Amino acid sequence: MKLSRKWLAEFTDIQASDIEYADRMTITGSKVEGGEDLGAEIQNVVLGRIVSVERHENADTLWVCTVDVGQDEPTVIVTGADNLKPGDFCPVALHKSLLPGGVEIKKGKLRGVTSNGMLGSLNELELTIHDYPYSVEDGILTFTPDEMASYQPGDDIRPIIGKDDRVVEFEITSNRPDCLSVIGLARESAASFDTALTIREPQVKGSGGSVLEHVDVEIWDEDLCPRYTARVVRNVKIEPSPVWMRQRLRASGVRPINNIVDITNYVMLEYGQPMHAFDRACLDGDQIIVRRATAGETMDTLDGVTRTLTDALVIADAEKAVGIAGVMGGADSEITENTRTVVFESANFNATSIRKTASRLGLRTDASSRFEKGLDPLGTLPAVQRACELVELLGAGEVVDGVVDVIAADRAPVALALEAERINALLGTDISRDQMVAILEKVGFTVDGADQVTVPSWRLDVHEYVDLAEEVARFYGYNVIPATMFRGATAQGGFNQQQKQERITGELLQGLGYYEILTYAFTGQTAYDKIRLPEDAPQRESLTILNPLGEDTSRMRTMALPSMLEILARNLNYRNESARFYEIARVYLPNSERETLCDEALRLTLGAYGEGMDFFQLKGAVEALLDAMNITGISWTAKADNPAFHPGRCAELIRDGQSLGCLGQLHPLTVKNYGREEDLYAAELDLDALFAAIGQERTYVPWPKYPAVTRDIAVVCEDSVTVADLQAVIAEAGGKHLGESRLFDIYTGAPIPEGKKSVAFALRYQAADRTLTDEDADKATTKILASLERQLNAVIR
Amino acid sequence: MKEQLHALQSEALGLIAEAGDIPTLEGLRVRFLGKKGELTAILKQMGQLDPNQRPVIGQLANAVSAEITEAIQMRREVLEAADLDQRLRAEQLDVTIPGTAQVIGKRHPMMKTLDEALDIFIGMGFTVAEGPEIEFAANVFDKLNTAEGHPSRDWQDTFYFDQADKHVLRTHTSSVQIRVMENQTPPIRVVSPGRVYRKDEVDATHSPMFHQIEGLVVDKGITMADLKGTLNALVQELYGAGTKTRFRPHHFPFTEPSCEVDCQCFKCSGAGCSMCKGEGWIELLGAGMVHPNVFRNCGIDPDEYTGFAFGVGLERMTMMRFNISDLRLIFENDLRFLRQF
Repeated sequence: MKLSRKWLAEFTDIQASDIEYADRMTITGSKVEGGEDLGAEIQNVVLGRIVSVERHENADTLWVCTVDVGQDEPTVIVTGADNLKPGDFCPVALHKSLLPGGVEIKKGKLRGVTSNGMLGSLNELELTIHDYPYSVEDGILTFTPDEMASYQPGDDIRPIIGKDDRVVEFEITSNRPDCLSVIGLARESAASFDTALTIREPQVKGSGGSVLEHVDVEIWDEDLCPRYTARVVRNVKIEPSPVWMRQRLRASGVRPINNIVDITNYVMLEYGQPMHAFDRACLDGDQIIVRRATAGETMDTLDGVTRTLTDALVIADAEKAVGIAGVMGGADSEITENTRTVVFESANFNATSIRKTASRLGLRTDASSRFEKGLDPLGTLPAVQRACELVELLGAGEVVDGVVDVIAADRAPVALALEAERINALLGTDISRDQMVAILEKVGFTVDGADQVTVPSWRLDVHEYVDLAEEVARFYGYNVIPATMFRGATAQGGFNQQQKQERITGELLQGLGYYEILTYAFTGQTAYDKIRLPEDAPQRESLTILNPLGEDTSRMRTMALPSMLEILARNLNYRNESARFYEIARVYLPNSERETLCDEALRLTLGAYGEGMDFFQLKGAVEALLDAMNITGISWTAKADNPAFHPGRCAELIRDGQSLGCLGQLHPLTVKNYGREEDLYAAELDLDALFAAIGQERTYVPWPKYPAVTRDIAVVCEDSVTVADLQAVIAEAGGKHLGESRLFDIYTGAPIPEGKKSVAFALRYQAADRTLTDEDADKATTKILASLERQLNAVIR
Repeated sequence: MKEQLHALQSEALGLIAEAGDIPTLEGLRVRFLGKKGELTAILKQMGQLDPNQRPVIGQLANAVSAEITEAIQMRREVLEAADLDQRLRAEQLDVTIPGTAQVIGKRHPMMKTLDEALDIFIGMGFTVAEGPEIEFAANVFDKLNTAEGHPSRDWQDTFYFDQADKHVLRTHTSSVQIRVMENQTPPIRVVSPGRVYRKDEVDATHSPMFHQIEGLVVDKGITMADLKGTLNALVQELYGAGTKTRFRPHHFPFTEPSCEVDCQCFKCSGAGCSMCKGEGWIELLGAGMVHPNVFRNCGIDPDEYTGFAFGVGLERMTMMRFNISDLRLIFENDLRFLRQF
């Protein structure tokens, strides 16, 4: 909401500087978002009166003017415009003056004649033809004699063109549509600065006749239109509105159009009540009916679009709709130069109905955005009276006697008890009852001797004591309320087990060199295409947002891997040479059994590339994490059928027969889908399952008293035999004293035959009750070697 | 022989003192004390001596031998020390060369801010509550006194999963507060951090997914003064003891009275600059006293209990804390960014 301080001054006299005004209004709840001094960029520009106009001796396109600028002698100014004649008033930018946009004007010679400045056009003063409809667009701005009644040549131009004003921009919260008006903000201003508020009751003289000779109103849908007020103006003369009105509208960001339309806008800005003016001639019969549109009913709106009115509330005559209530009028009933009789409509409509209609038609107007917040039902009459008062003031027509005012649903004033003690208990203050009353009365509430508060009709947001508490608090001062710490039974705060685990997991991964990332929960089908997920993969079944920002953000992800790959590729694109990332991410797995549609599962994703990174680095990090988290019983199996990964370099983590996720090197085609060709590594693990697998806290186990005996063995076997296969046989054959079989070397190449490999293990034997002998170790080792040969055809090297 | 021994001694001691390295010294030991050395050669002449003289000479010979041995030993220690010193000098490292790289990863700056905030609240006795991101519109809006028709429920502002408007991506974590109040009797002190969603295109200050941390305190006798005290404590902990706050009336459907809290601009200390858009204050969070309708919707008696609630945008907090100028950096995950915190 843009508020002109000059307009504000008609209702209350605020002496505060612009900064003081903004601060104080903000602190009492009307947040000032900004402001503009309209004439800030204009300096040393004055009113001039043309004395003479003569053709330049040396130039066919230039004129030499002598201009009275209030000095002893007229000054000489050269111009190219042809619209001037002696006696005209116009703006004169004198020597060393400033115009909007930082344009500096100095005297200078034009073809041998010294010009002591410049005559101003609309454009140069940041004005338009709408502000000065009597002027010309491509010449010098000239003023009409009545506009000049109280000005002299030499006067500062800024007050004359309405640029001596300060426009304050407010952010008005949705509960206070009453503040979307000059009067509403004047009331808040007066209460904030303790100044008197003067709201004059509009006076309409009238011109005889009776409104009922022209229109009558019937409300068919009383729930959607509690009140409809109208007056009629005849013998209308459509012309531009006066300069002061145009300037007010312009300062408020509204374009002046003609006197009747400007009056409706002026009243809307001043009172906050949207008005509609339409041509009486377009009505068939004299009946105005307020009703719901019939199925399939259409109408052309003012903006020239044919609209289907389904469910909308319309203003109609006996035959057809002439306007969409509270949203936009019909093209047929528009005010034109030929309009002779005007109906001013000032009505109150149901907020939700207006919002739905505006939203469905994609047609949000100044009027609809006010109605949809809910307006004062008593506001219709003063507004229509003010409009008629302005008609008479402007001489725009003759106001017919009588007002049509149909009250379909009366709203009783809201009455509340002023519970001063309870308000203090809520605020933590000690404000006296009298101070509360004084504050409430400043903003329009009345309080009787029995502490019964009557809420003003425009405050539809006040329902109970807490609302009164806010009124009291904001003028008492939020910043005056003390700051205390709440008391009460002390409670044990803290994280739950899972929240603790999440933090620990993150810390462990950071220790392993992984940086945390945060990615979006949205995804799209193309993300699944990129990781080469088959068309029929169950992971593609994801929850769909019906109104997404775009296709790529239309689904809730069921996997976090694509997000990680996106980040890896982006970092490669940024030339970050190597990187290791982790994310503890939520995925959204559709589950029709759930009331909230899905299981929101926790996933841990790791992603890495660059120096020193390979499959075993990644696996080692996961193993270290599992160990630190005290998760045991994990086995690893080769996974060749995950299309995202390299078929020979992908492992699945299995525990108790359940998959906990997989890790590996990404398939080169997956990497290519992200526009890269480097080796990328990633893991996606089921973090909920990992947390569930965390073992009991470990207790101390003393280490054996007797020394261990070690034996190293190396066997040659087929390439296809895995280390896990070999270790399984070793464990089985090793006997009760075999403690561990640690892999320490794998070798291929000469002299080992093609297709075979040499695998070396360090075996460690130990007994709890005695020192083992060499014979014990040799016996066990021989047995192991025999089993390896028998079961896996792995022979000692 | 006596003279011979004295001569031998003085020659040996002289040469030992001059020996420049261990091999030379070893040579001297062999020459004077070895089995075929000069001392042995002299002692071989003992047979020709008068028997009375033998013990005397023998004693002298032992003394000479002991003295030479000791001199060699001492000289050896000196030479060894010099050798070691020389070797160590040769092993000198350029200690200004950086250590071998050991990378420790880092927490994302926003999560760092979250951790800090959570730790502050836990210290005040809050527990941490979480809830689903895909929520009932009832928990996100209706029960929070945000009736049908409120602009925040618009399809232009909120992501929906069904035409019946039943399920949404939560627009704030206040929905967790509803779940807590429905399942717990006061006193309640919870904070709920988490992802929230609003239909905004990505730009320097907006993101369709962002993070909030919200708090709720419900008990008998909770006041707006308590709200101020709690939030002041938070702001002072996060931004330093001297940080000034300003409470401003505002409107939220779920609190009454409601406020927004600004803190004085760090950059200009209130004078007005580009960071605070000339206002001298930076908006920090929204808060208020829990609306009685919210209590009623959760089965809590508003005549018995009062409470306050607040919500902070984590992105904004993080950006202020680390002087980050563009929200997109938070979700871009550029290593050059992540390394800095």
